[in-house]
Amino acid sequence: MALLQINNLHARIEEQNILKGVDLTVGAGEVHAIMGPNGSGKSTFAAVLAGREEFEVTEGGVLYEGGDLLDMEPDERALEGVFLAFQYPVELPGVSMNNFLRQALNQQREHRGEEPLSAGAFLKRMRECAALVSLDPQLMSRSVNDGFSGGEKKRNEIFQLAMLEPRLAILDETDSGLDIDALRIVADGVNALRRSDRSFVVITHYQRLLNYIVPDVVHVMADGRIVRSGDKSLALELEEKGYDWLREEAVAA
Amino acid sequence: MSHPHALASLEASFVDAFEAHAGLLAKNGTGPAEALPFAMAPALRRQALNRFRDLGVPSRKNEAWKYTNIPEALAAGFAVSPAAPPSDALPARWRDCLLPGLNAHVVALVNGRFSSAHSMIGDLPEGVAICGLETAATTCPDILRRHLGRYADWETESLTALNTAFARDGLFVYVPKGTVLEKPIYALHLSTTNERLFLQPRHLLVFEENAQARIVERYCGLEGEATFTNAVTEIFVGERAVVETYLVQDPGDEHSVVSTTQAYQEAASTFSTATITLDGKVVRNNLNVLPNAPHCETHLYGLFLPAGDTQVDNRTLVDHAKPDCVSNELYKGVLNDRASGVFNGKVFVRQDAQRINAFQENKTIVLNNEATMNAKPELEIYADDVKCSHGATTGQLDPEALFYLRSRGMSKRQAQGLLLHAFAGDILERISIEPLREMLDERVTRLFGG
Ligand SMILES: Nc1ncnc2c1ncn2[C@@H]1O[C@H](COP(=O)(O)OP(=O)(O)O)[C@@H](O)[C@H]1O
Ligand SMILES: [Mg+2]
Repeated sequence: MALLQINNLHARIEEQNILKGVDLTVGAGEVHAIMGPNGSGKSTFAAVLAGREEFEVTEGGVLYEGGDLLDMEPDERALEGVFLAFQYPVELPGVSMNNFLRQALNQQREHRGEEPLSAGAFLKRMRECAALVSLDPQLMSRSVNDGFSGGEKKRNEIFQLAMLEPRLAILDETDSGLDIDALRIVADGVNALRRSDRSFVVITHYQRLLNYIVPDVVHVMADGRIVRSGDKSLALELEEKGYDWLREEAVAA
Repeated sequence: MSHPHALASLEASFVDAFEAHAGLLAKNGTGPAEALPFAMAPALRRQALNRFRDLGVPSRKNEAWKYTNIPEALAAGFAVSPAAPPSDALPARWRDCLLPGLNAHVVALVNGRFSSAHSMIGDLPEGVAICGLETAATTCPDILRRHLGRYADWETESLTALNTAFARDGLFVYVPKGTVLEKPIYALHLSTTNERLFLQPRHLLVFEENAQARIVERYCGLEGEATFTNAVTEIFVGERAVVETYLVQDPGDEHSVVSTTQAYQEAASTFSTATITLDGKVVRNNLNVLPNAPHCETHLYGLFLPAGDTQVDNRTLVDHAKPDCVSNELYKGVLNDRASGVFNGKVFVRQDAQRINAFQENKTIVLNNEATMNAKPELEIYADDVKCSHGATTGQLDPEALFYLRSRGMSKRQAQGLLLHAFAGDILERISIEPLREMLDERVTRLFGG
C-alpha cells in the first residue's frame, strides 16, 4: 500500500479555487519532486497536507497510511509522521529553540509510547542533528528563527526534520534563496535522512536541487493540477524549456 | 447605580463615616494633633473630605473613568471605617502569599493595617525604616511631614482625596541618603473580613539621595467577604537614587482595587516599576510619574492577564517637566473569557523639557471574542527637540505561528501556551527578583500552559 494517496484534491481559499484536482501517489521510501511556476499551487498543496485550516478542501481525498489524512488536526498529522519544511519558516520571538524542540519531540515520543528524552540525551541528539546541516549549536539558545539568516532558517527546517524523524517529509522550496554551498549542505542533510520507510515530497522551483537530491519521480504542477509526471529527465527538460509551454497546455486542457 | 440619587447617597455614606470616626482620625497614633504630619492633620483631612464631596465618586461620565464603573463596583455596599485593628489570626492560606525562596524584609499589612505578627522584617541597615505608617507618625514624624500628602493629587482626584481624608495606616519605607538595601522588601497586603470592607491604605516610600532599593507589593485576598481597596502610594526618589518597585495584584475575583501611585523623581534618579495584574473584580491602576529634574530615567512595565469577568484598567502618566530625561513604557495584556482591559497611557512633555526620549507601547492579545480591550496611547508634546514614539496593538495570536508549532506535533493548547508565555516573557524577563519571576512564570503556565 502506498504511504500517501491523493485523489482529485480540490482546495480553495476565500472563494478562490487553487487546487483543482491533484492526483498523486507516493510509496514508502520514494522521493517525489514537484516543480511548477510561481502561483501554481505548490505551497497550497503542501499546506493542505499539513493541515492548514485556512484552506478549504472542497473535493477529493487524501489517504495517509490508509487513513483519512484530511480528518486529522495538524498536530495529529505531525504525530503520525507528517512533516512540512516551510517555505517561509515562522519567527517566534521569545520561544527558545531548545524549549520548542523539547516540547515537540516529547509530544511525539509520548504519542509513540516512549519516555521523554533525558536532558543529556536530548542535548546529544540536538548536537548530532544540528551537525547534519552545519547549524550553529549556539542557535539552540536563541528564539526560533528570530534573527536567523535566510539560510539558517532553511537549515533549521531540515534540522527539525532530523530531530522529529517523520515518515513523510514535505519540503517546500527549501532550496530557494540558498547559495550553492548552502544548497549542498541542505541536500546532503536530506540525503543522509533518506530511508526505506521515509518518503519525501520535494517542492522546488528550480531543477538545481534535484542534481543533489535525486528524485524517483518528477511531477509538474500548473494551475492547481499535476499536468505531467516523469523521471528525473523531466526536470532537465523543464530547466531548458521553462514553464511557459506548460501554461499553454494547462489552458488547453 | 449611575442614578444621581444613588451616587449622592454613596457619597453621603462616606461623609457620614468620616463624621462618625472624626474623633478617632484626629487622634492618630499617640502624639497630639498638632504634631501630626501634613496629611494626617485634622484640618487637612476635613479639606480633603470637602474636595471629595465636590468631586464626587467618579462616574463613567468622567472621561478618565469611561470604562471602569466605580459606582457599580461599590453598589454592593462596603463598610467604611478608618481601618479596623489588625487581626493576629489569619487563615493558614496567608502563607501561600509568601514567595518561596525569597530572602527579603517581609512586611505584612492586614486589611490595610500593619501587622507585626505576620511581618519578618529582620535586620536593617542603619537608618532604614520599614513599618506601618501609623507607627512612622511617631518614629519618623519629620519624614512624614516632609513627604506625606505632598505628591498625590488629592485636589483633583476624588478617590485620592477620599483616601487622604481617611488615611491612617499603610506601608512606610524610608531608606536614607547613600544607603543600599541589598535584600528586597516584600510587602504583603492581605485582606480577610466577615463583612464587606472599604479599605484605604496609604503608603509612603521615601528613598533619599543615592539610595537603592527594590520593593515588591503584593495584594492577596484570603477567605472572607469582598473588599474594595482604595490605595494611595507616594514614592519619593531622591537624587541619583535607583528604585525598583513591583505591584503584583492577585486579590481574588471578588475583590476590587483602585491603586493610585504618584512617584516623584529628583535629578539623575532611576525609577522602574512593573504592575502585574493576575485577577480581581474591578482593578484600576493610576500610575503617575513626575521626573521633576534633569537626567531622570523612568521605566514603566505592565502585564495584565485577566480571565473570567475581571476588568483591568491601567492609566499611566509620565509628566516630563524637565529636560534630558528618558522614559520607556511597555504594557502587555492577555484577555481571556469575558475579561476587559483598558490601557490609557499618557506621556506629557512640557515646553522646557527638551531632549526627552519617551517611548510607549501597549500590546494586547485577545483570546476570546467576548473579551474586550480599549487602548488609548497619548502623547502630548510642547517641546520641539524630543524623540517620542507610541503604539498600541490589539489582536489575536498569530495563526501562522500557531500552525507552525502544531505542525511539529504540539496540541493547540500547548502551542497557544508557548506563544503566550513568550509574549508575557517580554515583561517577566525584566523582573530582577528571581523568586518573583518564577512565581509569575508558574502562574502564566497555569493560566495558559506552555
Ligand atoms: N492565504 C492566501 N490567501 C489568498 N490567496 C492565496 C493564499 N495563499 C495562496 N494564495 C493564492 O493561491 C495561488 C497559489 O499560491 P501558492 O500555493 O503559494 O503557489 P506556489 O507555491 O506554487 O507559488 C496564488 O494565486 C496565490 O495568490
Ligand atoms: Mg510556494
